[in-house]
Amino acid sequence: MSSLGFEQFPDYQVPGVKHPDFSPYESNGGSIVAIAGDDFVVIAADTRLSSGYNIHSRNQSKLFKLSPKTVLGSTGCWADTLSLTGLMKVRMQSYEHTHLRTMTTDAVAQMLSITMYNRRFFPYYVSNILAGIDKDGKGVVYSYDPIGHCERATYRAGGSAGTLLQPVLDNQIGHKNINLPAGELPPLTKERAVAVASDTFISAAERDIYTGDSVLINVITKDGIEEKVLQLRQD
Amino acid sequence: MFRNQYDSDTTVWSPQGRLFQVEYAMEAVKQGTVTVGLKSKDYAVLVALCRASSDVDSIQRKIMSVDAHLGIAISGLTADARQLCHYLRSECMAYRHSYDTEYPVRRFVESLGNKMQATTQSYNRRPYGVGMLVAGYDVKGAHIYQVMPSATVLNCKSMAIGARSQSARTYLERNLGNFENCDMDELICHGIQAIRGSLGTEDQQDLTINAAVVGKDRPFKVLTDSDNQRCLMQAKGMGQPSFIDAFSEKGMSDDDEQGPSGSGVPRDIESDDIGPSESTTGP
Repeated sequence: MSSLGFEQFPDYQVPGVKHPDFSPYESNGGSIVAIAGDDFVVIAADTRLSSGYNIHSRNQSKLFKLSPKTVLGSTGCWADTLSLTGLMKVRMQSYEHTHLRTMTTDAVAQMLSITMYNRRFFPYYVSNILAGIDKDGKGVVYSYDPIGHCERATYRAGGSAGTLLQPVLDNQIGHKNINLPAGELPPLTKERAVAVASDTFISAAERDIYTGDSVLINVITKDGIEEKVLQLRQD
Repeated sequence: MFRNQYDSDTTVWSPQGRLFQVEYAMEAVKQGTVTVGLKSKDYAVLVALCRASSDVDSIQRKIMSVDAHLGIAISGLTADARQLCHYLRSECMAYRHSYDTEYPVRRFVESLGNKMQATTQSYNRRPYGVGMLVAGYDVKGAHIYQVMPSATVLNCKSMAIGARSQSARTYLERNLGNFENCDMDELICHGIQAIRGSLGTEDQQDLTINAAVVGKDRPFKVLTDSDNQRCLMQAKGMGQPSFIDAFSEKGMSDDDEQGPSGSGVPRDIESDDIGPSESTTGP
């Protein structure tokens, strides 16, 4: 990805080592967490955009509202993110013109998967998490890999701190590896989901340099999308 | 207009400087039911008369949304209209995607006019058989444009096209001064009143209309059936449009105008069925 620049000097040039001239990808960092409940879904993403050790912006939202019931969180290469979400918006509008209604979350999930696989041999370098309310009114989370493999889940963490956050969600939401008897497991309410998402982000900001500044949280229900902001460490 | 030797191809001029195929295409617009467009300072409104139907599904769309800030009402060949609408939607989406802003209405209709003109100058093609009223709202305000198969694009304060639309145009002309300060519902009622003059032999009671509005802080939206009914009730409450007793549609055929619209040639001068003198060598 971003080279440190010293490779140009003769002393540092090692014979036989290939130096790529141009990489089409750049990692702009960021993390996303999504948690689905019975009739709601919470999706949170940090707002830091970076490039190597530099910060582009402390206040860039990574959540894209595709419809009143569907939000896409997208991190990775920011250029690919903008291109992919732009394409999704156009295709969703096309759908609305022809079918005279908004796409369901499940349809969006499938379309996103196909759109990404169409670029199988020059992938969108993005980590996507789609959160929304499905046609039965239930909360749902879909997570993706860069070439569009799509998996439906109840909770998911993605992005640069994804591997740090996922085990925490497994424990707190999935109740895995927990030493509490079954009757004492806390039910998943909207407040608990927001609290867990916020706490995991605070932990992630401590350990991952690419995550921080603030977290934008979207709580999606059948009545609409509620937005919350949480400030994080700025270092 | 009679059949003559200059009317088989779009690419053939008549000695009077007329393109007959284009004029015949304009006739197709008159086959469709009447459609009215009018605007005030902040809103542009389209009202279309739907074919009275008990057995046709109510989704006989005369009005199509193209983008959040503009839409069209059509009269003529529905298939051609659908094709054009698809093209127009792609154009608007592409513009939005490239420039992150809405397609300015004036430029939009110009690009539509250019696309339609190509069909009037090409051997293998035919003009689009559909007339459209474009209603849009952008930074320059509300717009109503008329686009015809001849590719003429007219910026209008209000306009009506379709079968027996002359009465509607007369109503609109008489009430032009009132539109500027109307609110949305009043505009739609004016549109309905204009349409009632164009009903001809159809029963005045069984009116089905489709209406759509676009304007300041109002994305283009085709009104629901219940909204249409409400506006219809409101218009009926206003009574018959006043000119309906003075004029009947008899003798008001669009063909009586000075030449088909756009050509401007008075009918009594034409003698195309005779053709240039004694040309017996042609096929």
